Amino acid sequence: MNSLQVIPIDWYIILSAVLFGMGVLGVLFRRNALIILMCVELMLNAVNLLLAAFSTYLGDAKGQVFVFFIMAVAAAEVAVGLAILVTIYRNTRTTDIDFLNKLKG
Amino acid sequence: MKPVLILSGLGLLALFAEMFRFRRALYPLLLIGVAGAVASAVSYIGFDDGEMSEYIKTMISFDAFAIVASTIMLVTLLLWFVLARDFFSDENNVADHSALVLFAVVGAILLTCYKNMTMLFLGIEILSIPLYVLAGSKKTSLSSNESAFKYFLMGSFASGFLLFGITLIYGATGSFDLGEIGAAVSNKTVLPGYFFAGIVMLLVGLLFKVSIAPFHFWAPDVYDGAPTPVTALMSTVVKTAAFAAIVRLFVSPVFGGVSDFWLPILGVCTALTLVIGNVTAVVQTSVKRMLAYSSVAHAGFLLMAVASGSVMAIVNPFAVKGVLFYAAAYSAASIAAFTVLLIVGGKSGDVSIDRFNGLGKKNPLVAVVMTIALLSLAGIPPTSGFFGKYYILTAAFQGGHVWLAIIGILGSLVGVYYYFRVIIAMFFRDANEETVTATSEHQGLLFVTAVIIIVLGLLPDLLFNFCDMAMVAMQPVQ
Repeated sequence: MNSLQVIPIDWYIILSAVLFGMGVLGVLFRRNALIILMCVELMLNAVNLLLAAFSTYLGDAKGQVFVFFIMAVAAAEVAVGLAILVTIYRNTRTTDIDFLNKLKG
Repeated sequence: MKPVLILSGLGLLALFAEMFRFRRALYPLLLIGVAGAVASAVSYIGFDDGEMSEYIKTMISFDAFAIVASTIMLVTLLLWFVLARDFFSDENNVADHSALVLFAVVGAILLTCYKNMTMLFLGIEILSIPLYVLAGSKKTSLSSNESAFKYFLMGSFASGFLLFGITLIYGATGSFDLGEIGAAVSNKTVLPGYFFAGIVMLLVGLLFKVSIAPFHFWAPDVYDGAPTPVTALMSTVVKTAAFAAIVRLFVSPVFGGVSDFWLPILGVCTALTLVIGNVTAVVQTSVKRMLAYSSVAHAGFLLMAVASGSVMAIVNPFAVKGVLFYAAAYSAASIAAFTVLLIVGGKSGDVSIDRFNGLGKKNPLVAVVMTIALLSLAGIPPTSGFFGKYYILTAAFQGGHVWLAIIGILGSLVGVYYYFRVIIAMFFRDANEETVTATSEHQGLLFVTAVIIIVLGLLPDLLFNFCDMAMVAMQPVQ
């Protein structure tokens, strides 16, 4: 028995779900764009944690390989997100998303 | 698989155009390359799903369904390149724009042929990340910035849900492979509770991406703020690809064994989307925003086909063919409508409904093609949109979702009202003095799309028999 497996899988699921939920709440309720980006990262890392845990429990390396895919994609995504944020900052001089309200209806 | 290679190669070539100074020659090269990709996709017809088409075993299979879906997308892309001629006219960013579009379409094709959750995730990301940039490609326009940021935020938010869903399903079934997941589901080995949570999260992620209510609120803002050519791309190629991905998961035997769990969710979402999309489209004054809401409503129609797609693990042929036919009909009509939007908007890009006043007198060709496109979107008979709706409603009746079909019909009636507002403005209102002129490329494109819409409306079997091929891929896997 692997030392990780001393703790039942349910606890890993609960931990990841809580982290994921914190990320979701952050995206929905924070107003600063940078903090929102960090909350998205938190969501993805909660997934990574759960994948690693499942992978250990199932004795199967595929889950851990998937984690690398997620990390690579998350890096690309954040690069694009920050670039968009920079263009917004150039036009508005702020990273508060309440200024983004031109589109309505 | 060849289309993926051709388009990736073309994308890289586009990046080199900057370095080796052949930016002027790039646009013709793109047209030739995309035409080549269409030809290579069509050339797969007739090969059975064997050695020929399975390249990376267990990851991608370019089967009949993928051939049909990607042919539809690539033909639309070819038309889109003509529509977006101006988008590629600025020498400073022509290379970036074309590379981003091509890479996005590579992701779209992967979504039609994935056989593994890894490829689903990668396909969605390859499709989405270039689109975030494209939506914000008017760098000094604040509404384009806002559109890009909202799209990025909602996209990555949805990816988070999608990934959590994939992870929970992996934990429950021990695999990312669609075939193995399907086997685990149908064996009815006792599935843990978190497997069902996984399906819900996966659905939330995918429904976010295709703007299904209650996850649709980002779509009108993004479609409205993005440059019009990018909006046209998002509501044609991207929508087709995302629905191809959903069909591969939910109209195939993968999750068929537990369809009584997720069918009610899909049904409620479909009904909500049809109602919200159509009702909010009525009150819009900008035609671009009206088309954005109507695209939400059309997504509802497509989802209706998915909801009636699989009755206890037996695939309903009308649903698969209906989705493909509807996506093709909708793409053709959208390309025509967005071309007209580009022409009418002109330099200012203002497309409020008043700008269409008297278009019938000022430029009859544009007005007539816009009328044909709007009739097709509304689903009035001699156009392809009518048969798209007809096939999907048939599928809904066969699947036993009579109430969904009724909501769909009522929604279409509301649709007729707001599409006709534009037609009335074009033909029965007095013109202002501004002239509306279309370039010869745009005139040619309008003519071609109008012919496609009418021909598919008179002879739907041409496309329907082609879509019929896709059914081969949807039979249960052993």
